[in-house]
Amino acid sequence: MAQQIHLEVVTPAGAVVSEDVDIVNAPGYGGDFGVLANHAPFLSTIKIGLLTYEQGKDRKSLMISGGFSEVSNNKITFLVESAEFGSEINVDRAMKAKERAEKRLAQAAAHDGNFNQVRAEAALQRALARIKASKID
Amino acid sequence: MPSLKDVQDKIVGVKKTAQITSAMNMVASAKLRGAQDKMENFRPYADKFNEAMSNLSGGGNTDQFPLMEVRDVKNVEMVIVTSDRGLCGSFNANIVKLAEKKMREYEAEGKTVSFVCVGKKGNQSLKKTGKVRTQFLDIMSDFQMYNAREIAQDVATNFLTGKTDKVEVLFGHFKSVAVQRPEAQDMLPITPMEEEEGAEEKQAVGDYIYEPSTEEIMDVMQPLYLNVIIYNAMLQVGASEHAARMTAMDNATNACKDIVSDLTLVYNKARQAAVTGELMDIVGGAEALKG
Repeated sequence: MAQQIHLEVVTPAGAVVSEDVDIVNAPGYGGDFGVLANHAPFLSTIKIGLLTYEQGKDRKSLMISGGFSEVSNNKITFLVESAEFGSEINVDRAMKAKERAEKRLAQAAAHDGNFNQVRAEAALQRALARIKASKID
Repeated sequence: MPSLKDVQDKIVGVKKTAQITSAMNMVASAKLRGAQDKMENFRPYADKFNEAMSNLSGGGNTDQFPLMEVRDVKNVEMVIVTSDRGLCGSFNANIVKLAEKKMREYEAEGKTVSFVCVGKKGNQSLKKTGKVRTQFLDIMSDFQMYNAREIAQDVATNFLTGKTDKVEVLFGHFKSVAVQRPEAQDMLPITPMEEEEGAEEKQAVGDYIYEPSTEEIMDVMQPLYLNVIIYNAMLQVGASEHAARMTAMDNATNACKDIVSDLTLVYNKARQAAVTGELMDIVGGAEALKG
């Protein structure tokens, strides 16, 4: 058996994942990164996006929103505000949220509303990540 | 002597009150369990977060982060976290009392004070001071991280624009089901975490690969840290509220029982007096007929 790394995903509402996996892919600050067993100590901020991990032939994906991750002692920990499995995601709701966010972005562009634009942007990214996650699972 | 009917009505009324208070007690104890679970679930996140924070603050100086800037304190803001609903004893009153005490202390030092009220009860009591800057109401019964984020952002914006120089959070610390104590926690400026582990820990920190730089990571983490403080205060108040209500309702139920037993005594006495009176009448009547 190949060497594995322990993955933990922790949100304010509790631990979502805690298991040994082969590889983890996550949306880091400077782009997606992959982590295998015995990775060097590493700390990165996390953007809204897809976290995928593999165990043998099993491949799972989670939608995660902002936070950071830490690798040390063959363990990778994600501290994120929310994490949802693709299978748990309500696609209709995500679609609606996407449309809503797009509409708001269009409005914000017209009225030049700064703060709302940032929020709508984040909402749009979350919706897109949810839709993506739901398609993989 | 009150009439029999009056006493009986009162007994029925008090018994109904006892029914309500004991039901509220049970509801509160069920909700307390939920709130405690929520608190338990948050602990791993908070622990890991604090660990990472203290690892990071080992390197780099504090002056460059606007959220850590220590200024001459002229304006103090207090975030008052209370419950939205009453009937929980002196729980909210104690938090408000602490807020007022601190307000007087700061004002004696010539500082101006403003409040941010989270939860209706604190707002109701502090409104009259005219110092409430903003309030977040009706969120305590079912709040999420994003509620805490909204509050933290608002408070941080005010700090960054220089309107406040120091921010404290006041909340009811959940020590146990029996004890909840009002407490104040410093929030802004963020003070660097203390390093207790010593040199060895620092060595490990040096080996980390940071992406992006430590400074930029701190820029992301500091606002999150504020969210954690607010969220924690809300969790504590959420659990404390139900625990305090349980105690209050338990006391109320016991008081009702006492009143019922007192009233029952009065009722029995009144009834006995009536029976004796009637007997006297009958005996008196019979005597009169005989004679």
